Amino acid sequence: MKRYFANLLCLPVVLFTALASAGEPALLRMATTTSTENSGLFNVIQPVFEQLLDIRVHVIAVGTGKALELGRRGDVDVVLVHAKAAEEAFVNAGYGVARHEIMYNDFVIVGPPGDPAGVRGMQGAGKALAGIAATSSTFVSRGDDSGTHKKENTLWQQANIRPAGGWYRQVGQGMGKTLQIAGELAGYTLVDRGTWLAYRANSPLQLLVSGGEELLNPYGIIAVSPQRFPDINFAAVQRLIDWFASPEAHALIAGYKVDGEQLFYPVAE
Amino acid sequence: MDSLTAATAESFRLLFSGDAALWVIIFTSFSVSVKAILIAAPFAFLVAFMMAHLRYPGRRVMIAGFSALQSIPAVVVGLTVYLVFSRSGPLGDLKLLFTHTSMVIGQTLLSLPLLVALSHAAFQAADRRVWETSITLGATPSRAFMTLVHEVRFGLTAALIAGFGRIIAEVGCSMMVGGNILGYTRNIPTAIALETTKGEFAQAIALGMVLLTMALILNGLLAFFQGRGVMTS
Repeated sequence: MKRYFANLLCLPVVLFTALASAGEPALLRMATTTSTENSGLFNVIQPVFEQLLDIRVHVIAVGTGKALELGRRGDVDVVLVHAKAAEEAFVNAGYGVARHEIMYNDFVIVGPPGDPAGVRGMQGAGKALAGIAATSSTFVSRGDDSGTHKKENTLWQQANIRPAGGWYRQVGQGMGKTLQIAGELAGYTLVDRGTWLAYRANSPLQLLVSGGEELLNPYGIIAVSPQRFPDINFAAVQRLIDWFASPEAHALIAGYKVDGEQLFYPVAE
Repeated sequence: MDSLTAATAESFRLLFSGDAALWVIIFTSFSVSVKAILIAAPFAFLVAFMMAHLRYPGRRVMIAGFSALQSIPAVVVGLTVYLVFSRSGPLGDLKLLFTHTSMVIGQTLLSLPLLVALSHAAFQAADRRVWETSITLGATPSRAFMTLVHEVRFGLTAALIAGFGRIIAEVGCSMMVGGNILGYTRNIPTAIALETTKGEFAQAIALGMVLLTMALILNGLLAFFQGRGVMTS
């Protein structure tokens, strides 16, 4: 109720809320990817670490590109994303303190049951993408500079293909929406396994290609630099990062299952 | 078709089972938009009155300006507020980004041009003699202003409702400056956008129904306040 009335008065009241909330847990802002949030993992782990570390986390779910941009501008305290190269660039440029790999899962290629490009069961994502391009079968790309989109671009590059033409659709949407569009268009798409498991019950598509080193999807957590943005709550962020390395966190992450399948694999650094 | 009926049935269950998460979202929407309208309206009424009553250079440019601003996309307002309140932006030290306050500010700006333009139309249609008579009878300017406001209250009510309708339903600005944070800045439109991408149509439909019901009630109120809805004779 106190908070409600504080908000009611609005502008001059920011100070008021700051005073009123002095006894409350530290507030962290975490930018993370839509795939992390859509997977449902946070619903399980967030209450646990908030309680244990006495922090309150506001989760802002956007694409990896936007999440890193929020970090670069100092609008969040911590980022949890999946695009190793971009994350390392973020740290090297001095925006982040250090990258800690906390878990991974993998990407899969899904497509229509009819499989016009004949990629079902292929070993190697590159070969499958080459097949899709060669037959000009519809491929739906995230096209939003997200971690998944960056991964997709890398895979095309490795296959020496520059995807273009009417069959290649960049939709600029989150993972869930992209899966839906691919389903409606009976097209192929690249999706992280977590989102796929969460959505497959409602999707007409099928898992066609999976496995292999190149489809691995590592997630990293990075504290935004307190040198650059002094009001970042670095101590609380560090507690959170340490928690992700704890046996308790590993057990929770490894134990999170959708339809009986494990979604994420914790990494011991 | 089956999925549509199933989702609709599920949405009714969500609404009437008192699903706490759903009602937090609804409360956020209304608390933010009502505050925004309460801040914007007095300012808009004064500006509109000034434009209709006084003569000064640049008046017509101002009128055209507010009219044109009515069509500004919500995302552009959102982007502007984001850039201003981002920690790297000019007002970053206030730490208002991703809070209710920044959403209120965004929606206030968004509703202002519409409120100004519509209430200007209302004041413009008023009889100047209302003001002059009040002053002659010894009323203070603020008292005369209130008399005039009372005179054009139907037009101003319509402006308020149109303004509220614009901001309660907008998604772009709230998403950008609010961040769609669960249990905090997630409001009806951003929740609908999110639940749709997640394929959770039941919650999206439930929230859509709340918005529609509110629109119906607001328009019912408008019809009521407009009295019999006929010209005075």
